[in-house]
Amino acid sequence: MNHSMPDGSPYVPKWAEISRIEKLTESEKLFELRLSNGQPLGHKPGQFVEVSVLGIGEAPISISSPPINDNSFELAVRKVGNVTNAMHNLGVGGKLGIRGPFGTNFPIDEAKGKDILFVAGGIGLVPLRSFIKFVLENRKDYGEVTVLFGARNPSEQLFLSELEQWRGRKDISYLETVDRADENWKGNVGVITTLFPKVQVDPAKTICVVVGPPVMYRFVIMETKAKGIPDKQIFLSLERRMKCGLGKCGHCQINNIYVCQDGPVLRYSDIFALEEAL
Amino acid sequence: MELKKIDKPDLGLFLQNLIKDFQVEGVKRKGQSVYGQSFFYGSINAPDELCLDFDCTTMPPKKYFIPPKEELLKFTIAPKPEVAEVIESKPLIIFGVHPYDLKAVNQMDKIFSEGNPDPNYLKRREGILLIGVDPTKVSPRSFWNSMEAASVSSGFDLMLTDIGESYLVEVGTDKGGNLLKKYAKVSSVTKEEEQKRIDVRSKIWNMCKKRALNFPMRELPSLLVNSLNSPLWDEKASKCLSCVTCNMVCPTCYCFDVWDDVELDLTHGQRYRRWDGCLASDFAKVATGENFRETRAARYRHRFLRKGQYLFSKLNDAACVGCGRCAAYCLPDIADPVDVFNRLKEAVK
Ligand SMILES: Cc1cc2nc3c(=O)[nH]c(=O)nc-3n(C[C@H](O)[C@H](O)[C@H](O)COP(=O)(O)OP(=O)(O)OC[C@H]3O[C@@H](n4cnc5c(N)ncnc54)[C@H](O)[C@@H]3O)c2cc1C
Ligand code: SF4
Ligand code: SF4
Ligand code: FES
Repeated sequence: MNHSMPDGSPYVPKWAEISRIEKLTESEKLFELRLSNGQPLGHKPGQFVEVSVLGIGEAPISISSPPINDNSFELAVRKVGNVTNAMHNLGVGGKLGIRGPFGTNFPIDEAKGKDILFVAGGIGLVPLRSFIKFVLENRKDYGEVTVLFGARNPSEQLFLSELEQWRGRKDISYLETVDRADENWKGNVGVITTLFPKVQVDPAKTICVVVGPPVMYRFVIMETKAKGIPDKQIFLSLERRMKCGLGKCGHCQINNIYVCQDGPVLRYSDIFALEEAL
Repeated sequence: MELKKIDKPDLGLFLQNLIKDFQVEGVKRKGQSVYGQSFFYGSINAPDELCLDFDCTTMPPKKYFIPPKEELLKFTIAPKPEVAEVIESKPLIIFGVHPYDLKAVNQMDKIFSEGNPDPNYLKRREGILLIGVDPTKVSPRSFWNSMEAASVSSGFDLMLTDIGESYLVEVGTDKGGNLLKKYAKVSSVTKEEEQKRIDVRSKIWNMCKKRALNFPMRELPSLLVNSLNSPLWDEKASKCLSCVTCNMVCPTCYCFDVWDDVELDLTHGQRYRRWDGCLASDFAKVATGENFRETRAARYRHRFLRKGQYLFSKLNDAACVGCGRCAAYCLPDIADPVDVFNRLKEAVK
């Protein structure tokens, strides 16, 4: 058998220390982390890490921050099960194991000079935020920027202070909606597709990036089709069960692609024929 | 090709010598079961424990390469969190592996060394010597002959063929050659004996034609692409118990789950991986409740697509070697690939 033996186990996590925690909603927290070895994580927007809580397990979590200089990175985590609950119980100074970054990234280069339409549903804003913030930091590299954000209700909106900034920015158009309003909500009510009629795009030069719950994709794609955006200019980030991040365990497989390696960010034209994808 | 001969009375001596220096695992008899005589891989401590006259073992030798439960990390949680990798390997000889199972090992070698090489597999694999043997019997559900798995050109260190009063031994690797030199009494092979090996092989290959694909195996990917919406998936899967037996007994199923175990003192533990199977109802289920292969039919179909199409594109070969184990051990008897593939073919004609 001819093969090259890797130096060490790809299952060994690096250590990272929590330097800041921010409560985003009742069930979501933002963790700012720094690798204990002092190195930057070295990720690109759209990639994810496997986060370990020793004795509990691992969970794939998107990196929510853009690659920035001070070596920190952010994860925004919804508590839904064993690992995510254990993370929520940690405080500043707590340690997490990190493997990765893994997977494909958003088209930061391909989108240069083009218009970008971001579509985020609910917690889909978490991964998309890394790309949105990257674009805002390099604003002159990109054309018109539109952000559509839909949440189930106002209390589930994430990153409130950032949303407030986006509302005020002149160099992007930010549109938001909630499925169900409360007494203080003055904005649009309805699912995310109700925002599409308010958006003008030049389909030939628009890159559309969509992240949200599985049910959202089909409906959003109908809208992007109606706007004439070509399938190859549409990017999605898919969620699947993951156990290794290395293309081996089989859990994340959709037809013949492994989401942990070939994804999570995928070009719609590459996957629309895969009937298990959407 | 280097071919030697061991006379049958000398095989015991060869084994005896190997047992002194190595851990030898091989095929053993397990008495009668509902399926007839059954065979399994286990430790060989005396030459007469080894059985080379078997049709098919219940489980493939997969457990030696991919243990059912395999430690990946040892960790300490408190007072100071620490992790250490666990990569284990020990010298091992597996004696008596049929060509279809060798083909499966060759596929695992490729899968675990490509992309992100897997040191746990590769290190363990390095320690294993494989002594193959041509079958003398064919299990009732085998169809390896139509899966291009009747013989392999590599993957074994030594390959035995029973030609009557002796075994011919093909040397596959230097390691295998050295084993022979050091531990066996061999003699050279005549032209007639070489011919006898060819005859013996074609005879046994012919015996494996009762169950066969009705079309060339290489057509599987296109057949499957055109059969995504076949009613067969629902028909078969309606009887599926989601018991995962078909995955567990399969020599080419290698999916796994990763799990943490904590010792009772709560300060240290292990992370390990264990066999998992795509027929399990929660295999593709995520914490929010979404199950990406919700129905039995979707999971059942996935296994056949993976064998005949998805992994085909990686391996340029079907990831089914035709051992027939899944067919033999599926309680409702719905897992037989020959039946599934032939019926799909029938339907697209
Ligand atoms: C690429 C990717 C990016 C993600 N990004 C985020 C994020 O930024 N923030 C966030 O809150 N959540 C994210 N998730 C979902 C998150 O991974 C799951 O919520 C998490 O794995 C649940 O683990 P648990 O141990 O808390 O739950 P349990 O139900 O106890 O899960 C047990 C195990 O099942 C597996 N599993 C369960 N649900 C999922 C799932 N949804 N995806 C993958 N594996 C799962 C995991 O291996 C997990 O360890 C992401 C998922 C993927 C695939
Ligand atoms: S062995 Fe048969 S019943 Fe069990 S999961 Fe496989 S197909 Fe279903
Ligand atoms: S799918 Fe069935 S017949 Fe094919 S290799 Fe696996 S167990 Fe053997
Ligand atoms: S997470 Fe294991 S193969 Fe993708």
